[in-house]
Amino acid sequence: MEFWVELVASILLVTGATFAFIGSLGLAKLPDFYTRLHGPTKATTLGMGCLLIASMILVTYWQGYLSVHELLITLFLLITAPVTAYMLAKTAMHHKLQILEKTTDKTLSKRAAERMTP
Amino acid sequence: MQTKPRFRFLPSPLHSLLLFTVWLLLNNTLAPGHLVLAAFFAITIPLLTSGMQDPHPRFHRPLLALRYVLRVLGDIVIANFEVAILVIRPSKHLNPAFVAIPLSITHDLPITLLASTVSLTPGTVSAEISEDNKWLYVHVLNLMDKDALITLIKQRYEKPLMEIFECSI
Repeated sequence: MEFWVELVASILLVTGATFAFIGSLGLAKLPDFYTRLHGPTKATTLGMGCLLIASMILVTYWQGYLSVHELLITLFLLITAPVTAYMLAKTAMHHKLQILEKTTDKTLSKRAAERMTP
Repeated sequence: MQTKPRFRFLPSPLHSLLLFTVWLLLNNTLAPGHLVLAAFFAITIPLLTSGMQDPHPRFHRPLLALRYVLRVLGDIVIANFEVAILVIRPSKHLNPAFVAIPLSITHDLPITLLASTVSLTPGTVSAEISEDNKWLYVHVLNLMDKDALITLIKQRYEKPLMEIFECSI
């Protein structure tokens, strides 16, 4: 029993860590500000999710009571990640940050910054 | 369509339920003392804040909402894999784009939910809403087909949200 619990938890931990790493890698590697936003909003969500499930399983197993704190962290993460991305994108458009040359419909960002219809 | 307090001492039952659950989750307990405290917060906080609330469409069809949440959670996992692959591949294959999506959905709360879902799921981040609430600007990491993306977002995410909140077109 203990072996299986630890096996599942370690698989989740490794997967979670990999996704969190890929999210951060995206932040460092992708070419412009807007593409960099995608790393932390997506890859990191699943990474954190895996880590939190692993934590739930381990704490529940070791402590002997059901640990549900982690669900709350997931909830807050899912609420805050899109809002942060939205605020960052909005700020970037107002600062007229450089957009990658090959981006399709680049001019839309100017319309968006003024909150006009396209 | 707008919420009217049905019970005087419980202006927003859903918020009360949410506060009750979140307090118990925060403390990770079902001890009687915390149950009483959670009930106290669940009753007093909505009473104190009911005056500050904007009217928003009433929440219909909880089962459909549950299905929507589960679908979005599944899509988050898929989107994570897709973005992970895009990040690892050389950036020269990327095909980023700005897309304006016409919205049929109205009211602030459903639009916020749609924008958040779009940020979390299919390789898109919502960037701005036009002033008349008719267009949602999104940034796409790797655009394949603009019309397909717009249809996907409208069919898969906007339609169920409209049914949940019963927004008329």
